[in-house]
Amino acid sequence: MDIAIDTSKSRYQVDKNGYYGRFGGAYIPEMLFPNVDELQRKYMEVLSDPTFQQEFEALLRDYVGRPSPLYFAKRLSEKYKAKIFLKREDLNHTGAHKVNNTIGQILLAKRLGKTRIIAETGAGQHGVATATVCALMGMECVVYMGSIDIERQAPNVSRMKMLGATVVAATSGSQTLKDATNEAIRDWINNPVDTHYILGTAAGPHPYPDMVARLQSVISEEIRKQLLEKTGSELPDYVVACIGGGSNAAGAFFHYLDDEEVKLVAVEAGGKGVHSGHSAATTQLGKIGIIHAAKTLLMQTEDGQITEPYSISAGLDYPGIGPMHAHLYETGRAMFLDATDDEALAAAYELCKLEGIIPAMESAHALAKLKDLPFNPDDVVVVCLSGRGDKDLNTYIRHMNK
Amino acid sequence: MQNRIDQLFAAKQTGVLNIYCTAGYPELNDTLPVMTALQQHGADLIELGVPFSDPLADGPVIQDSGTRALKNGMSLHKLFEQLEGFRERIHVPVILMGYFNPVLVYGVEAFVKKCAEVGVDGVILPDLPKAEYEAEYKTIFEKYNVSLVFLVTPETSDERIHQLDNLSKGFLYAVSSSSTTGKDKDMSHQQAYFERLQQLKLKNPVLIGFGIKDKATFDTACRYTNGAIIGTAFIKALGEGKDIDSTVRTFIGAIKN
Repeated sequence: MDIAIDTSKSRYQVDKNGYYGRFGGAYIPEMLFPNVDELQRKYMEVLSDPTFQQEFEALLRDYVGRPSPLYFAKRLSEKYKAKIFLKREDLNHTGAHKVNNTIGQILLAKRLGKTRIIAETGAGQHGVATATVCALMGMECVVYMGSIDIERQAPNVSRMKMLGATVVAATSGSQTLKDATNEAIRDWINNPVDTHYILGTAAGPHPYPDMVARLQSVISEEIRKQLLEKTGSELPDYVVACIGGGSNAAGAFFHYLDDEEVKLVAVEAGGKGVHSGHSAATTQLGKIGIIHAAKTLLMQTEDGQITEPYSISAGLDYPGIGPMHAHLYETGRAMFLDATDDEALAAAYELCKLEGIIPAMESAHALAKLKDLPFNPDDVVVVCLSGRGDKDLNTYIRHMNK
Repeated sequence: MQNRIDQLFAAKQTGVLNIYCTAGYPELNDTLPVMTALQQHGADLIELGVPFSDPLADGPVIQDSGTRALKNGMSLHKLFEQLEGFRERIHVPVILMGYFNPVLVYGVEAFVKKCAEVGVDGVILPDLPKAEYEAEYKTIFEKYNVSLVFLVTPETSDERIHQLDNLSKGFLYAVSSSSTTGKDKDMSHQQAYFERLQQLKLKNPVLIGFGIKDKATFDTACRYTNGAIIGTAFIKALGEGKDIDSTVRTFIGAIKN
């Protein structure tokens, strides 16, 4: 497997100082230095270790159900006049790509001798994936979740509790994902020795963006093999993924970054419209700054206060993007589009009717841009279907008759 | 001209009392009245907090004071407006404590220059890492003679403490325990760490912060180092007190007597 592949020659991957171009780094208070420094020194050594890779691979296969299928969506292809494949991360155990990362990080935490796990969650998918691997490994698990999200994502809160996790309400600030992440970081400051923080997205201080991208890179590693079998070439014309912090996009893009002929498309949450004041389209609305210890693009006031984004999808409701993506945006390597709430809802209903698949609200944002991309009939398009829509049923039902 | 922090430590090596207050708290225009009262009632140094939406190193009390200050309309620009001319009244050293993002957005050089212009002596930016400071910003701070104060914790290795001490200007901020502010961890277990700091023969004076809340904890800290920093306990008192002057007088009186 290729999670420890040497990327030092790539201009799109992290450099030895933890930066992607001018983005990245580890803007941490000194209290976090020992933990982050330990991760920086050891993560590649652990990821390269054959026994780690064997264990990771075995769990992905037997527990998560990988490889996830690459499904040729025939009716969707007919409609959009291109060859559209769906990478079915929705079929993973726990219902999304998030579990790829939590499996990898819990194995890493064990090797570092940690006994207690903390995590942040927005919609609850990463929280559930973390609670799941903690149950699997018999580790204590504390998940921070904004108190507003706890109310609107009640089923996932119950799932985490059933799995044995303690769910702690983040009551500071705006009481959503950004604040849950702050609380998780504060917990880590207060528990510097026994605790590992399983960050859920390709953001945060170095080495998290690279570590999470590598653990998610199984997505594009599989796509290459599966496409070769199905089309005779490993390279599609387009890879399309939704992006909040950017972990599924990082995984879907990872092994294509240096194949410049493959067009990478990242779809942000436009909310009620990019300029409506209710949006999470960070590349359009943000500027450079520091969020959760990474230098990246983020939405903020002129005074440098981080602002609250909006999206119908709790998983894309984040005021920053991971530093790798900020670099892909700035270099033009990836194309950044946005899909509004309404476009995403329409795309979700369409996938249900054309293919019999209920996508997660997040993944529906990626599907929503199929109508806007200038496909040729022979173009091969891979859409990362990052999660399934069970958790979004209430939202879907509420909007169905509008 | 010698930096006011250096002047302070040249004149006073023990029992230095540094009090933290949040700019624009409890009310927008309380910044200067609080600082004036702190000087009058015996604070040796004032650490002025610049409020930020996402203060990662702070516990709930200081977080809430920052949230309130932001609601009051506080910003870095506003703060520099308030500080215009404050040196006519206040002569104790003043340090701004804030997070790096607002400074980055303001422009690091513009910020440091402005600090020097209004008479701010030092800055604490807990999330500005050592490597970035050395590579990009050290020359700016030196150019304007503004001190950047670094933090160390009980988990910091001796080697790294020496590195941070060499970079730090004014004093070295020793965080008493690995925690966010106002956590109330038991300081009695920190004796070995405090003794280690004493034995390292550091070039800077050392002040202990985090968990210092009353006379007993202040005195403990002062036995090992040059003094201590009180934040959360003072913010609590300000939030509960009636008028600023008597709150500050009572608070400092209880620490010093």
